[in-house]
Amino acid sequence: MKLLDFLKRERKKSASVAKERLQIIVAHQRGHRGQPDYMPMLEQELLEVIRRYVSVDQDAVNITLDSEDDCSILELNVTLPNSKDDT
Amino acid sequence: MAKIIVVTSGKGGVGKTTSAAAIATGLALRGNKTIVIDFDVGLRNLDLIMGCERRVVYDLVNVIQGEATLNQAMIRDKRTENLFILPASQTRDKDALTPEGVEQILNNLKDEFDYIICDSPAGIERGAQLAMYYADEAIVVTNPEVSSVRDSDRILGLLGSKTRLAEQGKEQVKEHLLITRYNPHRVDHGDMLNLNDITEILSIKLLGLIPESEAVLRASNQGVPVTHDDDSDAGQAYADTVSRLLGEDVPLRFHEAQKKSFLSRMFGGRR
Ligand SMILES: Nc1ncnc2c1ncn2[C@@H]1O[C@H](COP(=O)(O)OP(=O)(O)OP(=O)(O)O)[C@@H](O)[C@H]1O
Ligand SMILES: [Mg+2]
Repeated sequence: MKLLDFLKRERKKSASVAKERLQIIVAHQRGHRGQPDYMPMLEQELLEVIRRYVSVDQDAVNITLDSEDDCSILELNVTLPNSKDDT
Repeated sequence: MAKIIVVTSGKGGVGKTTSAAAIATGLALRGNKTIVIDFDVGLRNLDLIMGCERRVVYDLVNVIQGEATLNQAMIRDKRTENLFILPASQTRDKDALTPEGVEQILNNLKDEFDYIICDSPAGIERGAQLAMYYADEAIVVTNPEVSSVRDSDRILGLLGSKTRLAEQGKEQVKEHLLITRYNPHRVDHGDMLNLNDITEILSIKLLGLIPESEAVLRASNQGVPVTHDDDSDAGQAYADTVSRLLGEDVPLRFHEAQKKSFLSRMFGGRR
């Protein structure tokens, strides 16, 4: 009986886990809305270049495109691991 | 002038064709002259759901390529007055659809019909983008499942950027959320996303909620859109959805688990 209760309680959470995951996914997707079509490719290739030198996670690279009056600014943020963790 | 409504989802198999057929039928039953167009070139199955597969002679691609007239390709529904079907081709490849061809067909239909319902193929590529391009409104079909909700969000992104209205920059495609295959029992158990979570995450207005229902398979077996099964939960839920689409304020049904009676619990009612 105890075990059954435990299993039930564990299962209760799956919908809320789904919700939390979706909130993150959707926020990420919306951050990329309205950007030029080449941005995902650019982001991917930049990540590959950086990975030739440092090993970083998928989400270590963050690029955004801001438009101002007469120009666009490409902002690139790379989170590098602590150097002592490296190699 | 017809209103063009695309039924779309991103993810496959969530109930677009079922919904397009049911909603088109509902609109026609309410006296609106309606045509439902299958944009799923190569994988047509709207004709099966509508039960007119044996009457298909010409299809959308024949019309675009000038091999048949629109009137030759349109199939008049046998059961419902005011309802027409324009089938997709089963053999051609997807590239046979061109934006110009689609635009011309829609323009020719616009004067004659009140509603044009476009049943989109799955995916977010060319076929899905063509189905949504000329839409005034979009019904985004979503299952209570992570992948389906994520894809719906991507479709919303496309609706806001890759449609004629978006490109003209004047107004937006009106977006409606249709949650299908909803199982209130599983929601109660915490095993399924509930409707408020889904609406909150996607932040668009809920048009309808269709429960997971045995009536849907029965309807597709028979080739009769589930709207005609007006005793069934799904049939009634689609009828409510149509009413809301027509601007009526109809309360939500079928979102709460039916309490099982003592007897059905004893003798193992269906789950
Ligand atoms: N409310 C429901 N209850 C139970 N089964 C359903 C429901 N809605 C749809 N289905 C079933 O789900 C399956 C897929 O439905 P449908 O063909 O309408 O999806 P679709 O989105 O058009 O798929 P595709 O992406 O392949 O075009 C079918 O077997 C259908 O019977
Ligand atoms: Mg389909």
